[in-house]
Amino acid sequence: MTKNSLFRKPSPTALTLDEDKQTSGKRMKKSAVILRLLSYFGAHKGLLALALILTVLANGIALIGPQLSEYAIDAIEAESGVELPKVAFYCGMMLLAYAVSSVLSYLLSVLMITISRRIMYRMRKQVFDHLLTLPISYFDNNQTGDIISRLSYDIDTVNTSLSNDLVQILAGSITLVGSFAMMAKICPILLPIYLVTVPILVAFTCYRVKKVKPLFRQRSARLGMLNGYSEEMLSGQKTIRAYGKEDVMIKRFDRHNRETVEAYYAADYQGSIVGPGVNFINNLSISLISMLGALLYMLSGAESLVIGPLVLAAMTPGKLSAFILYSRKFLGPINETANIVSEIQSATSAAERIFRLLDEKSEADGMVMNETVASVKGAFTVKDLNFSYTPEKPILKHIDLTVEAGKTVAIVGPTGSGKTTFVNLLMRFYECGEGKIFLDGVDIAKIPLDTLRRQFAMVLQDTWLFGASVAENIAYGSVGATREDVIAAAKTACIHEMIEAMPNGYDTVMDEEGISKGQKQLITIARMLLVHHPILILDEATSNVDSRTEHLLTEAMAAITRGRTSFIIAHRLSTVQNADVILVLKDGEIIESGTHEALLEKGGFYASLYRSQFDKH
Amino acid sequence: MKRLFTYLAASRKAIAVGTLIKIVGTMMDLFIPYVLAHLLDNVVPRKISTAVVFWGGAMIVFSIIAYLFNVIANRMASLVACDTTREIRYDLFSKSSYLSSRQTDTFTIASLESRLTSDTYNVNHMIGMSLRLGIRAPILLIGGVVMTAILDLRLTLVMLLTLPFVYLAVRKASLAGIPLYKLLQKKNDEFTRVVREDSTGIRVIKALSKVSYEQERFDVANRDAIATEKKAGMTMARLGPLTTFVLNIGMCAVILAGGFLVMREKTTSGTIIAFMSYFTIIANALINISRIFVNVSKGSASMARIDEVLSADYELMVEGEAPLPYRTAPLIEFRNVSFGYQGKAVLKHISFTLQRHETLGIIGETGSGKSTLLNLLMRFYDADEGEILIEGVNIKEIPTKVLRRRFGVVFQNDFLFADTIEENIRFGREALTDTAIRRAAGYAQASTFIEERPEGYDSLLAIKGANLSGGQKQRTLIARALAADPEILVLDDSSSALDYKTDALLRASLSAHFSSTTSVIVAQRVSSIQTADKILVLSHGEILAAGTHAELLAGCPFYAEISESQMGGAILD
Repeated sequence: MTKNSLFRKPSPTALTLDEDKQTSGKRMKKSAVILRLLSYFGAHKGLLALALILTVLANGIALIGPQLSEYAIDAIEAESGVELPKVAFYCGMMLLAYAVSSVLSYLLSVLMITISRRIMYRMRKQVFDHLLTLPISYFDNNQTGDIISRLSYDIDTVNTSLSNDLVQILAGSITLVGSFAMMAKICPILLPIYLVTVPILVAFTCYRVKKVKPLFRQRSARLGMLNGYSEEMLSGQKTIRAYGKEDVMIKRFDRHNRETVEAYYAADYQGSIVGPGVNFINNLSISLISMLGALLYMLSGAESLVIGPLVLAAMTPGKLSAFILYSRKFLGPINETANIVSEIQSATSAAERIFRLLDEKSEADGMVMNETVASVKGAFTVKDLNFSYTPEKPILKHIDLTVEAGKTVAIVGPTGSGKTTFVNLLMRFYECGEGKIFLDGVDIAKIPLDTLRRQFAMVLQDTWLFGASVAENIAYGSVGATREDVIAAAKTACIHEMIEAMPNGYDTVMDEEGISKGQKQLITIARMLLVHHPILILDEATSNVDSRTEHLLTEAMAAITRGRTSFIIAHRLSTVQNADVILVLKDGEIIESGTHEALLEKGGFYASLYRSQFDKH
Repeated sequence: MKRLFTYLAASRKAIAVGTLIKIVGTMMDLFIPYVLAHLLDNVVPRKISTAVVFWGGAMIVFSIIAYLFNVIANRMASLVACDTTREIRYDLFSKSSYLSSRQTDTFTIASLESRLTSDTYNVNHMIGMSLRLGIRAPILLIGGVVMTAILDLRLTLVMLLTLPFVYLAVRKASLAGIPLYKLLQKKNDEFTRVVREDSTGIRVIKALSKVSYEQERFDVANRDAIATEKKAGMTMARLGPLTTFVLNIGMCAVILAGGFLVMREKTTSGTIIAFMSYFTIIANALINISRIFVNVSKGSASMARIDEVLSADYELMVEGEAPLPYRTAPLIEFRNVSFGYQGKAVLKHISFTLQRHETLGIIGETGSGKSTLLNLLMRFYDADEGEILIEGVNIKEIPTKVLRRRFGVVFQNDFLFADTIEENIRFGREALTDTAIRRAAGYAQASTFIEERPEGYDSLLAIKGANLSGGQKQRTLIARALAADPEILVLDDSSSALDYKTDALLRASLSAHFSSTTSVIVAQRVSSIQTADKILVLSHGEILAAGTHAELLAGCPFYAEISESQMGGAILD
């Protein structure tokens, strides 16, 4: 790590990331983002109105305080000597006013916390709920860490700003209006100074905002990337350790770390001008007012000043000091507002990232009413299906296929020939490129996704267990499975004894270590056994299961495919030879199809594949 | 927190200079009202217009200095915060990388991840804010108190009586706040975990129509986190109003006491008026300090979580001095090794030896402890009993880095990441030449599918290699293991997704090019290991039998049965 100097400009590399190039979609307009943010308050109109009232009351009552203290001091200054009872009385009143004001402002905080946490809850829920409706491809292209960053950091940032800044702006504008009125009453002639300084202030703030905005986007985006990288590397820790490459990954992490920190610093660096800048303009206004006011007083003396039809009251030192006092009050909230400008900036940038995720299109859902697909038989027709993830590289080419309901289809072929992709398309994890798939004569693109997928029971190549007990993992996907059902399924899947031997039996919570892939596959099979859906997909369901256990499973597997349309992908050809039809996929095309015997007789690719498993090397 | 100060110590120069600049800047801000008072009280009544212009000009100059100094000081503060955060984050990531597998399991990846990001972020925020406002507010506080003390010491003492109460309020709130914020971060780990799990399992979730179930699961975590956040917020929200109120009691006391003193002609009403204007400054300063404390509580909670990781003991330490290896000793030896996860025995009394250049095959039922044996061999976990020796040296006496450098390994659920195929094979080993990588890909039967891609080795993989098929992933991983021409090759069921033909080609290529490499191969298929010099048959964590393929066929019915079922017996020569 490089040692830093005391003063440093942020390095320009912090600005090279263009998030728009990485994610689709245009930049959002800031006003649109803010409007959309404010729309979240819609549901809390009542509470917000209450907050508004509390703000006015708390600030109003707090203003009574100084008034009362003036009376108390008057009582001290009274000609007849100090009137202690009166002093005590006003002090008592003051205490009361401040007590009320404190309680009110506490209530206000409580209210704002309540509102903002509700919004935060809703936002997070919205984002997560939407996330699960996004197509699989979203998860292939967006780091989990980045998604997490949106759900935690970005939403946090937005809400900190919503709960604090809104109150400040509200309170500020009240003081602003009040003190402006007071100044106009005391000496309107000095007001024109504000006609100069306030526009400068506004222009300055707007200019800064424009300049700083991309920096805050960077800050959010970089933090997301850092999160993405950390999550990826932490997931791969075991391999990194095995190869002893911790230092290389640490070095790469540091690059992300540096960029994140630089982006943070760059935003702060530019943002740090705003506060003191506004303060400077304030101080300038006051200096000008006191100078001009003093000169005015000297010119006019004790007489009223007449400019054309305007007759202005004479300037006195008392008036001048009162005017300046109110000027300070007037400028105070402007100052505060400027100070929160950067907070608002980072909130809108964060909000943009949230909204961008919310604006991602959900999976296109089908339209056919549920009734038409109420009792699915499971007959498939595939017509001229083409598919590719990237345009250059077609994965599936001209697939034509008819599968009768209840038949077992085995798909074999070299790795990368498109077998898994094909079953992905059956379940509509990806949209078909060209061509169509019909289930019982209905285009699957027209069937509601939920209905379509509810027809399948499957074991996928990537076995997935979540952080709950084994029993919950097995019951996942079935409705109302009892412990007995779970145990029965586990027994059929040959995993019962292993589960019993776990530290807490069926209540053992699954984590990332301590369970082998073969065991995971068996648990997933047990899970599938409890799902009684008419179509079955087994994608390399037992690839990591030892062959003895696999053999024990054959009967169970045969039983569950009976009467269901089944698609089986396997490399061990022994598991597929009883299929009604075997499809041989090579480079995305069906090159052979038929029964085991027919294909062997044909002596083509399948026959050579079959023979190769007995070759000795 | 102690650790935070050691980090900050690295920037002490910047902090000192920054503080100084900040003090000057703040003083300027204080000078302006002072000059103003002078202007109004002394200059204006005497009507000297040049003096008015002079003092007005002085105010403008002070304004400029205040602007410049505050900007510089704020920037320095932010630089210190960023540099410190960077150091902390760097150390945290390094430490996480060197934790033992057992420690990672305990912390959980989700929690390590949120410590690295949101906790370090909170610390960044805390440092920045403390340096920016944490200097200005105390200066105003002290300045105000000094001024009041000059005006009237007795009244000042009356006012200061309230300070212990303010201190108590702040202390109480932050004592309650820190554990709440810590809990909050823990709750955040929880929903991070759900998001991690669900983005990995999205296919299963969608396929089983469990979307609403998962939404519910997240909802619980979300509600929990929000409730904690609200509680923490409420606790800290008391601080501001309470401080203000206590201070205002002080002010009333000052006025009352002032009344007494005026009565006894010990002070004047003018003094009280001046006193009150300083009081406003003091009150504002204290309110700002209490605001900082909210941030500090949050930051300290996060720092404590970071510290938990940073101060975790290094496990898997090197024990004792490694004696020189005996070249004559077997390359790998297990001596009566036993091991269990969470107290449940997985391996029992494992003993075997493997000579250099030999190949060891391991076969056995699912869950019989095959992968665990490899975990122990590479020292991801320490054996509970027994010894593992490499060239006669206990692996506990070898630095893990040195130990693991001897291996090329493919695990069952191995890791591909979003980068080029080349980098996935290279895996940070800068010394590997492009030729070596391409050669390894060739041996691993991966070059065909890689070269088919328009961008070849520069093709980008999707996250977790999602744009490769199962078999392509495995071949890429095997290429990674082969690339550095390892001394010991470890393959954990790493060709399960390959079709027989490709698998056969792979085996042929391995035996042609790596026959002298010591190999440990875990497999389900007898064909993958039948040529091994020694085969271990594992069952329920014990070695059921060991020997060559022929010996086992003759002597181990269990093995013979497996072989029979896979090879169809008759075709065997």
